[in-house]
Amino acid sequence: MANFTKLSFKKGEMNKKLAQFFNDMMEKGVVDALLSPMTQPKRGVMQTLITDSSHLKAIDPFAPVVPLNGAKIASSITTTPSGRKLAMVLRSCEIRALIELGKLRQANFEDVLLIGIDCLGRYENLDFLTLQARGETSESFLEKGLAGDTKIDDFDICGACKICEFPVADNVDLRLCIIGGGTDSLYIESLTSKGDHALEIAGFGIGETPSSRDADVKQLVSARKLARDEGFAKYRESTHGFDGLEGMLAGCINCYNCRVACPVCYCKECVFVTDTFRHNADQYMGWADNFGTLKMPADTMFYHLTRMSHISLFCVGCGQCTSACPNSIDLMPAFRTVAQKTQDRFDYQAGRSHDEEQPLTVFENDELVEVTGQVK
Amino acid sequence: MSEFEPKIVGFFCNWCTFTAADLAGTSRLSYPSNIKIIRMMCSGMVDPKYVLKAFLNGADGVLIGGCWPGDCHYINGNLKARRRVAMLTEILKEYGIDEQRFWLRWIAASEGTMLRDVANEMTDKLKQLGPSPFNLSSNRKDLTAMGGL
Ligand code: SF4
Ligand code: SF4
Ligand code: FES
Repeated sequence: MANFTKLSFKKGEMNKKLAQFFNDMMEKGVVDALLSPMTQPKRGVMQTLITDSSHLKAIDPFAPVVPLNGAKIASSITTTPSGRKLAMVLRSCEIRALIELGKLRQANFEDVLLIGIDCLGRYENLDFLTLQARGETSESFLEKGLAGDTKIDDFDICGACKICEFPVADNVDLRLCIIGGGTDSLYIESLTSKGDHALEIAGFGIGETPSSRDADVKQLVSARKLARDEGFAKYRESTHGFDGLEGMLAGCINCYNCRVACPVCYCKECVFVTDTFRHNADQYMGWADNFGTLKMPADTMFYHLTRMSHISLFCVGCGQCTSACPNSIDLMPAFRTVAQKTQDRFDYQAGRSHDEEQPLTVFENDELVEVTGQVK
Repeated sequence: MSEFEPKIVGFFCNWCTFTAADLAGTSRLSYPSNIKIIRMMCSGMVDPKYVLKAFLNGADGVLIGGCWPGDCHYINGNLKARRRVAMLTEILKEYGIDEQRFWLRWIAASEGTMLRDVANEMTDKLKQLGPSPFNLSSNRKDLTAMGGL
């Protein structure tokens, strides 16, 4: 049974209302700390770890920007126990990535109250700053976005978000819902006993269920899936074979920003920055001899294909790789299309559940017979 | 024009397929010289990077040889290899490297004839398929050397 609490607010006071809600949670000891997007003193919105409730008034959980996928931040503050009860406000792509990191023992959910938000998309970091400077707010964004229009002036949400079929966060204790609510209210949905308990202690009873939520979510998800399939088809058509991939990556300078930004690039030290790839001069010369030429920096294709082999099973489609590239290489479709294939092969979906084991960590004697086609 | 001779990189487990290749040799079974063999301690030691590097450096095909399920000297290296191959196949396929270019086969130490047969079969298949699309990509023209492995 769905379990909702309604928070009504006056125009311009959504964040104030949310701050009150979290204030109650902190005052009543449900949690000791909150990780939430927060307006920064100078400019912009960043995930912020808040332990003093008097600062809550600056939180802005629905700000349409994700400067860095929060799974990385959540990992850094949960991997070793702090002994403090922590609530984290994250969106679906962050939570799905975090679930994968949890399986790799790079995140811990023990003392965590996980709070998911409905997400209509994010703007690129610089675009968001411009919009913020022009006086746009989370409320003005949500109002338009819920009406199906995410374009503000020359800016729109990024490509990854336009094809994201996960506007609603799963595997959370509480959910901050704006889809199906209306523009003057949001709903807090509890999905676990941890969530129920938190609402109860904070003094929130069960209230009204948002009437059109299910239908609205369904409609948005199916529109996004359609866009996703179209996007994938377009990408596959335009980027054919190794040659196509090489063309797409032609401007890559091996800066590795994309893997730094990727929430599921899990290696503590990337092999591409180790001595393995600090080749001797005569090796470079040898490779150049073989082909007549050697594009420098070398190993660009090797790097991207290796990254696909490492993380395509965990790719959540957040698009941070694309956002991070200083050469405007749109990596997200390359990774998402491959991820679709590798994840499907093992009937796996990154971040779908805590219990599904990562495909390369398990194996059976009598499976995947088609790989060798041999039977004894 | 001379017939296209595919270049195949074989990652062979020391305990089975590599020994089978040895056996094939001592039994005077002849198989195509298209396969350049790299001895591994186990098929489970074949990092996907090795396979990628082979293709990126001009291999037309990659053959991994391991012990039959149940016979791996490290208990389950071969089963891990099989999952990795399945995963990597999906990536390579997306970028035009057909799964017929990337084989995993169980070949026990005593199966010298099977090694010969697999080598023949793969060489024939690759002759049909022609050079790897990567070797035909615009950056690479006349590939004569395997290089860089
Ligand atoms: S590969 Fe790109 S889209 Fe996929 S999880 Fe990493 S940053 Fe996000
Ligand atoms: S961020 Fe762009 S330039 Fe840097 S390694 Fe990734 S694709 Fe290449
Ligand atoms: S020892 Fe031969 S495959 Fe593992």
